[in-house]
Amino acid sequence: MPHAHHSTSVPVTVDDAKCIAEKGCRVCIDVCPLDVLAINPATGKAHMKYDECWYCMPCEVDCPTHAVKVEIPYLLR
Amino acid sequence: MSDIKTDIVDCDILVIGGGTGGPMAAIKAKEKNPGLKVVLMEKANVKRSGAVSMGMDGLNNAVIPGYATPEQYVKEITVANDGIVHQKAVMAYATGSYPMIQYLDSIGVKFEKDGSGEYNVRKVHHMGTYVLPMPEGHHVKKALYRQLRRLQVMITNRYMATRLLTGPDGQVAGAMGVNTRTSEFLVVRAKSVVLACGAAGRLGLPASGYLFGTYENPANCGDGYAMAYHAGAGLANLECYQINPLIKDYNGPACAYVTGPFGGYTANNKGERFIECDYWSGQMMKEFFSELQSGNGPVFLNMTHLAEETISEIETILHSNERPSRGRFHENRGTNYRERMVEMHISEIGFCSGHSASGVWVDENARTTVAGLYAAGDMASVPHNYMLGAFVNGGIAGRDAADYCASTDLPAYDPAFVAAEQERILAPTRREDGLTPFEMEFKTRRLVNDYLQPPKVTAKYRIAQERFGEVREDLSALCVRDPHELMRALELQSILDCADMAAAASLYRTESRWGLYHWRVDHPATDNENWFCHTLLYKDEAGKMAHRKRDVDPYVVPIPEEEMGAYHQLRTAAPLAAE
Repeated sequence: MPHAHHSTSVPVTVDDAKCIAEKGCRVCIDVCPLDVLAINPATGKAHMKYDECWYCMPCEVDCPTHAVKVEIPYLLR
Repeated sequence: MSDIKTDIVDCDILVIGGGTGGPMAAIKAKEKNPGLKVVLMEKANVKRSGAVSMGMDGLNNAVIPGYATPEQYVKEITVANDGIVHQKAVMAYATGSYPMIQYLDSIGVKFEKDGSGEYNVRKVHHMGTYVLPMPEGHHVKKALYRQLRRLQVMITNRYMATRLLTGPDGQVAGAMGVNTRTSEFLVVRAKSVVLACGAAGRLGLPASGYLFGTYENPANCGDGYAMAYHAGAGLANLECYQINPLIKDYNGPACAYVTGPFGGYTANNKGERFIECDYWSGQMMKEFFSELQSGNGPVFLNMTHLAEETISEIETILHSNERPSRGRFHENRGTNYRERMVEMHISEIGFCSGHSASGVWVDENARTTVAGLYAAGDMASVPHNYMLGAFVNGGIAGRDAADYCASTDLPAYDPAFVAAEQERILAPTRREDGLTPFEMEFKTRRLVNDYLQPPKVTAKYRIAQERFGEVREDLSALCVRDPHELMRALELQSILDCADMAAAASLYRTESRWGLYHWRVDHPATDNENWFCHTLLYKDEAGKMAHRKRDVDPYVVPIPEEEMGAYHQLRTAAPLAAE
């Protein structure tokens, strides 16, 4: 069975202007219990790659530049 | 994904799961014998993994001299579980409770104390006093991590354990792991293994439809139960589900334990109390369920009557520790504790001894029925464990495993088993197209809600078993595109195993017990004559799911007959108006 492409809004957003991934920072990616954050190849910054969030907040709390913001996923907001 | 790299590591003790009980098992094993090589395998990152990734707002079951005795606690937990407990294990926890609190205090975990430095213990349970707040409990994981480093525990982050290895005599011999970012394999050979993989928290589907909107950390999806089962271990009382009273949609704890001692309480839509005690038990959940069904629902957590300084204190605790996004959730909906009650709901089902009584069978030494294999925390059968139980029982497991290693050689393992397991793991990577882990997980968990959620109806359970069988056949079409999806595909298989175990265990016990947790509509009465026993589910020699009864060991703390029913009288005599 071939796969469809469908998109969802993601609860975790990263402010590219504040994110220092280009300096090697991987804190948010490292601490995520669900491993849903990754470097976006297009921007070189962290982004939410998989919509599988527990809205638990280590990514936001541990980010050294306050670039990460966790919202409640829309389905349960 | 062909020609995947495989590393092989030898050690004395392998701990699987770096959340709460796992790190403590590693710490206590190393403290007992610093010469041991201890490996801690974690699917995420030990710094922020497990149920308490963001910390914890309190101990729910602290047995502290002056407030409670171990005997009182054992009695309370026995009564709250309709008598089906292995009291020696509960007693081992209760006597280890206070020393563990002192140990945690010594490594920098903060507990609430009064002006004279005494622990500020509060009452929530029906009988005793066991709740110790942790207003600054967000540092738990950091304190644990420092000890793991100090004791030189070897940590492998982002490796998911998939199956246990067993030796020639059926004893544990290590585990298979797969990296969640590269799909590289890691075979860890060990004399002893401690399973501390958390609850099966991704079993039912949250009412929101969001797969990861669970009460438990969704990484805790039942891997430990599945691994124990396939290694031949017995699993106890799985029909005693976990079902929680939670904030609707957010699906996190409303925290009557935190708010209760301040005067908060559970209320119906008239603002009236309907239960006398907010402690989570099957009986309490049945009253909650009845209220929802009766037309008096929704059910709410009411704090509107409290003083401003009390509400501020509650907000500080609830919005900065265990689930800090809670404040954001309430803000989006304009819910202010001062003005509006918090809408609650009944959760989907799961397995978790943290609040219930099921899990991989362990005795008072945290030993499972497989030689050399231990289990601790939410996935082990010691009832109503909570975080402190995971710490205490993890410590017990680590120390006993250290002793076990002293008289054991590294067992041989079967390379053919490893090769077959690698094939099972990689099968979804070999397909160009097919079914995604997402849709197979959604369907499995939707079926769990449709057919397994109590009240349990035999005819519905039979249909569930047919449907799960069909989903299992569909595994031959499961297809993934990257290592992350492969992790989800493996998790799905743990979830499906747990769904099958939940159905089979529930059908085996032909009576009703533990309130809502095991309410069999076709067998509505509690049948002490035939079912005052544990049930053990295990994989028999033919590879089939089998069951047997296990007697309840003689009590170490006798319970007078008239006290056994204490948790059966939770409904208020007449509705009490809000004061």
